[in-house]
Amino acid sequence: MSRSYLPHWMHWLGSPPNFYRFAGAWRPWLMAAALIAGAIGLYGGLVLAPPDYQQGDAYRIIFIHVPSAWMSLFIYATMAVAGLIALVWRVKLAEVIAMECAPTGAAFTFITLVTGSLWGKPMWGTWWTWDARLTSELVLLFLYLGVIGLYNAFEDRRRGARAASLLALVGIVNLPIVHYSVQWWNTLHQGTTVDFLDPARSSIAPSMLWPLLVMALATHLYFFASLLGRTRTGLLSLESGKQWVRALVDGQPERTTGAPT
Amino acid sequence: MNEGRIGRSMPAAKAGMAGACIALLRRDFVLAWRRRGELFLPLLYAVIVAALFPFALGPDPELLARIAGGVLLVIVVLAMLPALESMFRADLEDGTLEQWLLAPQPLALLALIRVIAHWLTTVLPLIVVMPLLGVLLNLPVKVLPVLIVALLLATPLLALLGSVLSALAAGARRSGILMALMLLPLAVPVVIFAAGAVAAAQSGMPYIAPLMWLAAALVLAIVLAPLACAAALRIAVES
Amino acid sequence: MTTPPAPAAPLLSAHRLAFSRNDEPVFGPLDFSLGPGETVLVEGDNGSGKTTLLRVLAGMLPSAEGEIRFDGKPASRDSRNGHVLWLGHRTGMNESLSAHENLGFLAGLYGTRPGMTAIAAMERVGIAAWIDEPLRTLSAGQKKRVGLARLLLIPGDIWLLDEPYANLDRHGIDLVNALIAEHCARGGATLVTSHGAVRFADPRARHIRLGT
Repeated sequence: MSRSYLPHWMHWLGSPPNFYRFAGAWRPWLMAAALIAGAIGLYGGLVLAPPDYQQGDAYRIIFIHVPSAWMSLFIYATMAVAGLIALVWRVKLAEVIAMECAPTGAAFTFITLVTGSLWGKPMWGTWWTWDARLTSELVLLFLYLGVIGLYNAFEDRRRGARAASLLALVGIVNLPIVHYSVQWWNTLHQGTTVDFLDPARSSIAPSMLWPLLVMALATHLYFFASLLGRTRTGLLSLESGKQWVRALVDGQPERTTGAPT
Repeated sequence: MNEGRIGRSMPAAKAGMAGACIALLRRDFVLAWRRRGELFLPLLYAVIVAALFPFALGPDPELLARIAGGVLLVIVVLAMLPALESMFRADLEDGTLEQWLLAPQPLALLALIRVIAHWLTTVLPLIVVMPLLGVLLNLPVKVLPVLIVALLLATPLLALLGSVLSALAAGARRSGILMALMLLPLAVPVVIFAAGAVAAAQSGMPYIAPLMWLAAALVLAIVLAPLACAAALRIAVES
Repeated sequence: MTTPPAPAAPLLSAHRLAFSRNDEPVFGPLDFSLGPGETVLVEGDNGSGKTTLLRVLAGMLPSAEGEIRFDGKPASRDSRNGHVLWLGHRTGMNESLSAHENLGFLAGLYGTRPGMTAIAAMERVGIAAWIDEPLRTLSAGQKKRVGLARLLLIPGDIWLLDEPYANLDRHGIDLVNALIAEHCARGGATLVTSHGAVRFADPRARHIRLGT
């Protein structure tokens, strides 16, 4: 298949040994940046930001809850895009990336649900309610679990990755439902407070907004660092018979290969 | 300009699309008829579960009437699961699916016909039995038509979604819970809208809007699900 | 002054065709072509990739490298539809139905060769006595003959036969060779795999050897 329309660096990065080295180099930096940003964001949110005039100090859990919720959606979108590439062009790297997104996405979704529940108890008097946003977020968790389950049900990992990618794409219809559920239905959950398309409409105080955005940055950095690490491991096990992996294990200089496999 | 010579050395009686669809429908009906004893199992299951609720919750007629609509919806969804799981398994194992790949008709069309045959043979009997189950659970009579319409919209939608999942799981190792795990997230919105229509009808409110949403989703699924199902079948055959 | 017509493209051709599974090479690179009336025999020991080659040609497996062409045009998803017949290890028919019913449905789905009926096909392959029994009650050899009846009944220029002699007795083997010869005489092309235990009847067939 001709890949002449891809920029050269993308072509280069698609080759597993090249990606392995690239990811290994960048991962520590991304992880360090994530930890620093997380520290700053948490300090800003837990210490610097003033108490909410309605909710007091209990609201501070949003600095974990909201970024986790954003990540649960963002990771699913990433998984779906990587899955689409894996399905249409059968790129091995895309298969691995798509499948390694799923556990991290499930974890963020779980954190969203748990932190939301911890917040809901003092706010609404209940650990759980079946309103539109909570329900669709729970559905999202089940979608992730379905993708993980289907992938692991196949003996051939490449076929399993493609099947699970197709499942992820079928479930993508849930994403707009989660996001817009608070607008379409009257729900217990609060409405859109941070509007990226029109910041003037955001109804959150700036002193609370900046820690929130910093935490969002921290979680994104963490996700990318984690994804790089997990993809490296996934590539190693997928390619375990190949020469570049054996060279790594033996500590010998590997034969450089210019063409992606 | 040289025309391709494939097909010209042996001009054949072309299989028209309509003829092919009828042939496939007939095949699935004959197979279902051969297994007609098995087709009673989902019905029996539905009746048993419906009968268990009054024993579990007490026979208070008002309580039963309040929950009947939702309970019947859930019973239908659960009763659909076993048949959905095996929609393509037999054909994958005996090699029929391989032959479908080489058929003159589009694979998506064959998948759609399979779903239609599946719905007619395994789900329609459940819907026909609804009035009986409604009596068991004291379903208010005025709600019954709305429940039937909601089921007529929701069950084909679930069958179409289930066909994609069944094709995906057909190539995998047998795992009983996998089908339910995959179907649940996709079934939740369908059940919400169907139950919303029934609940609205029960309290005398307008119920048309949820039914319209179901109908729109059904139309979308009729177009898209066979394509996804064909892609999943290609993955399943590859081994 | 008229130019002579260009030589017609072969029905099926492969150029540098190769396949790997888990990065272990299974076969290739192979080059061959199949024109009307030609037969190619693919030989190799068990595990040498014969079935994989046929499945790649049939479109069930994506090729790792190389190119397949039908009628000179690169193979697309639908190039084979209605033109390629596949006979593999599995019957491709439902075991709860009889041979007659199965072939009837297949005829409805794929069409029939002109002048051929399900009954005639079943008589030709010698299963006339068992046409109404469910397939699951037939022996492996009888099921194979039902598969051969399918080849007779359904139109298709290119036959891909994976171990067609398996489970057949001497008469069955002669039947397969006769069917292939008739198919080639009609202008069709055949690709057959065998692990070499059967002497292939057609002396003009080309041979491809897989494996070491």
